[in-house]
This record gives sequence, structure tokens and C-alpha cells, in this order.
Amino acid sequence: MADLLQIRGLVKRFGGLAATDGVDLSVTADEIHALIGPNGAGKTTLIHQIAGSLRPDAGHIVFDGHDVTRLGMHTRVGAGLARSFQLVSLFRKLSVVDNLAFAVQARSGTSFRFWRAAADERALFDEARTLAREVDLADRVDARAGALAHGEQRRLEIGLALATRPRLLLLDEPLAGLGPEESDRMVTLISALRTRCTMLLVEHDMDAVFRLADRVSVLVSGRIIATGAPDQIRAHAEVRRAYLGDDALVDG
Amino acid sequence: MAIALHQRVRPAIVVPVLAVLSALPLFTQWIDEPFYLVLASRVLLFALAATSLNLLVGFGGMVSFGHAAFFGAGAYVVAIAAMEGVTSAWIAWPLAMGVSALAAAVIGAISLRTRGVYFIMITLAFAQMMFYVFVSLKAYGGEDGLSLPRRSVIGLGLDLKSDTTFYYVVLTVCAVVIALLWRLVNSRFGRVLQGIRENETRMEAVGFPVYRHKLVAFVVAGAVAGLAGALAANQNDMASPSMLHWNQSGMLLVMVILGGTGTFLGPALGATVMLLLEETLAEFTLHWQFVMGGILLAVVLLLPGGLATLLQRRRNDG
Repeated sequence: MADLLQIRGLVKRFGGLAATDGVDLSVTADEIHALIGPNGAGKTTLIHQIAGSLRPDAGHIVFDGHDVTRLGMHTRVGAGLARSFQLVSLFRKLSVVDNLAFAVQARSGTSFRFWRAAADERALFDEARTLAREVDLADRVDARAGALAHGEQRRLEIGLALATRPRLLLLDEPLAGLGPEESDRMVTLISALRTRCTMLLVEHDMDAVFRLADRVSVLVSGRIIATGAPDQIRAHAEVRRAYLGDDALVDG
Repeated sequence: MAIALHQRVRPAIVVPVLAVLSALPLFTQWIDEPFYLVLASRVLLFALAATSLNLLVGFGGMVSFGHAAFFGAGAYVVAIAAMEGVTSAWIAWPLAMGVSALAAAVIGAISLRTRGVYFIMITLAFAQMMFYVFVSLKAYGGEDGLSLPRRSVIGLGLDLKSDTTFYYVVLTVCAVVIALLWRLVNSRFGRVLQGIRENETRMEAVGFPVYRHKLVAFVVAGAVAGLAGALAANQNDMASPSMLHWNQSGMLLVMVILGGTGTFLGPALGATVMLLLEETLAEFTLHWQFVMGGILLAVVLLLPGGLATLLQRRRNDG
């Protein structure tokens, strides 16, 4: 299968610290590729560079055969590369449906239109409501995004990314801060998205990672030390030493 | 409650206001106080300038502290054009808008790369630069300003030397342009602006070219301020550097905040209240700014949403 995303020799330094230290990574079309690693390994820094909110110092990011290393975030989104944020980033004062309608609007034609009232564009809001259903927020469409429960906010975060109709979805710790029940719900949701887009999933919750991922890459100190099927990663000696710890896999 | 992006402008407010404004010349004639009509023209053109600034501050989340630069540029374009013999309003006023738009494009292109307090400072710095440019341009009057040899010529049998005619022209221009801005705020473009105000990073992450939208808004606001400046040059029969001074930018910001940044017509209300207060207070005391300061403080502390929320609250109670 073809690689949808290819990262080659990516480097990002902050002062003396190489947060990304020559990363090579490829994400194959239609897989869920998990990226794991201890705190401070540089996972979020890597996601920022793939999404376009941080510029790498060296290396290349190739998305669907095109080098996107120098492109801005919104251009990448237009090409089908969307992200969700580790710290939820919503339009907190606006309703759920308005949140989603923004994302729909971004994708459907130019917004340099100055006369017609956007509130009259039924299509925007119809699609926003459909999206709300898909992320289990159908009964919350008129609620203020900031007033949603944390789990609901996480799902809206996914909805915003989905609304851009991504081909590759970057999920940065979608389970962070969720209780067991909400986590389960989110895993089910992500699993259901499998048919819609390829995903690169950064996550600390190993249960979820091993339930969802087709392949796993392990990032330690800015380098990928292993990539493979979940079972291979579990068994990988270097991974166990560097990251999972000796006792982490006992119940695995 | 979630805030609404679509700005309603209630006919119950707009229709009576327009009716009163249309009948105002009859009233000032009747009480034989033509000066009030001059004051009303001034209020209107500042309402236009404040509404244009609110497009940036209230809807785009861009606190520009240099809006007077575009207002003053528009005034100077009209004065300089008149000096060079171009007095037709049909040429001079669009030209004023064009030049102000161009200035806004240049200043915006640079300033909009910064945010927050840096943006405030850099817009202020640009405006002060333009202020000193006009102060030092001796050919155009230097610090004394440049007087208009005559007011702009509209034709159609309208003579702007008449205060009544001038008032009606200002009223028409302001009403039409404010209506256009209202359409803009509720359009797709206006919606994007409001999204940028709420969460800029998120807008970028759902795929909007944020910088481009901000720049276009900056240029539109600059052009409208230029038009207001063109009207002001006609009203004062001159353009002066003080129109570009940071004091003027501050006044415009105060009008916006006093009236209510989150509301579409608030800044027009703010301009009205501010100029009327200035006029009445100055009659009683030389230190009117002191009293004005107190009133501003009270509004900001007691009505954080501005005077416009007063009207909304009343409506809710009723």
C-alpha cells in the first residue's frame, strides 16, 4: 500500500535541545498509526510540524506525494491534513453547531463573500448538524461549546477536524483527561472513523493504542526507535527498556 | 447561552432613528440653532469612522490604535485634490478611500504579523509616523494643516456649502456605508472574522487563511475611515495633522468601547454620546475631559458590554 505521509530526516531544535532529531516515519493509507513515547519524547512537537504550526529546521514532510514542508497550516488542511488538539481548542463562546459550521464553511468554497448572510446558507448548518450526529453531539447542537462536559468537548474537537474531510487525521492525545466510560466511547468513535480516513494517533493510554492501532511507532528523545505491528512493539526489547518499563507489560 | 454570530439590527430601533435624523434639519430650523445641524453631521461621520474601527476591534479582535491614520489620510486626499483643482466629490472621495485603503494594505501587511499588545503598539507607531509626515510637509500646510479652497462638488443641484445639504449628504453616505458594513459582518467573510476573534489558531486549523482575511478587513476598515475623513475635511473646510494624531485614534477607540464592541450599532451610539457629551460638558467647564473620564470609567465598570447593552437589557425586561 502507498504511503500517505512520509517524513524524512525531520529535525527541530529548541536551543540546544533537539526535540525532533532526525525522524523518519511513514503512514500508510487507511491505517491507524499510533505514535507512542514517554513524556518529553517530542510527540506533540512532531504533530505540530506535520500540521504546519511549527517549521522544522531540516528534513521533509511529504503528504500524498507533495512536499508540504513549507506550506502553511491552512493550506495543508485544504489538502486533507487535519488535526485535533491535545488541549481542546474550540470556539468556546459559540454554539456547537456554529463551531462545526465554521469548519464546513472553510471547506466549501471561498469565504471572500461580503453580501449574502451566511446564516441563510442552509447547507452549512445541515452539514454541521450531520457532523454533530456523527460525533454523538446531536442533542447538544445549541449548547455553548465551553459549557460542554470534557468528553463532549473532545468529541467536538474530533468533529471540527472531521468537518474538513481529512484524508489524514492527526489525533493528539484524544483520550487525555477522559474517564473510563468516556474513553471507551472515544475509542469506539475513532474505530468507526477507520473507514473514512487514515489516522496518526498520539496516545498515552496503551490499552487504547493496542486496541486501535494497525502499526505503532515509538518515539524516544526525538528519534523513532521502532516501528511495527502492536505485538512486535510489545515484544521489542529496546522499547521495553526505553519506554514501557519492565513492569508495564506484565498484564499485556 | 452561546453568543450569536448573526448581528440583528432591529427595525424597531433603526426606523425611528432614521426618521428622527431625516427630520432633524426641520427641527434645528424651527428652533433656529443651525449649529446643531453641523454637530449632527460631525456625529454622523464619526459614527461611520467608529463603525469601521469596530469591524476590526469588535468583530476581528484586532485592537488597532492607529485608525486615525486612515481617517486623516482621507481628509488630506480631499484637501490636496482640491488644491490641485480636483473638486468633484465623485473623484475625490473614492480617491480618498483608495489612498486610505492602500495605506491600510501596507500598514496592515506588516502590523498583522503581530498580535495583542504588539499589534496595538505597531499600529500606533505607523499612525504617528504618518502624523509626522504631514506635520513636516510644508507644501501641504505643515502643522497648520491644509485648508480646502472649496468644498467638494457633487452636482445634481446639491451644494455642500449649505449646512442642510451637507447634512443630508453625510446622512445618506453614512447610512448606506453602515448598511453595507452590516451586510459584510453577517456575510461569510464577517463570520470568518468573528471566528478569528474567538480562536485564531482554530480558524487556521480548520483551513482558513487567517492572515488574508484579517488584511482584507483591515483594508476595508481603512477605506471606510478614509471616506469618513473625506467628509470631515469638507465639514471643517480643512485637513489638519491633528486628524491623524494618536489622540484621534484614542477617541475612536473610546467611541467603540463606550458604545459596545460586541454590537454592530454600539460604536455609532458611542460616537453620538461621546460627541454630545463633549459639546455639553465643554459649555459648563474647561475641564470637561475630567468629567468625561469619570463617565467613561463608570460605563466600563458598570456596563462592560458598552452602552448598547443598556438598550438590550431594557428590551429583555420589557
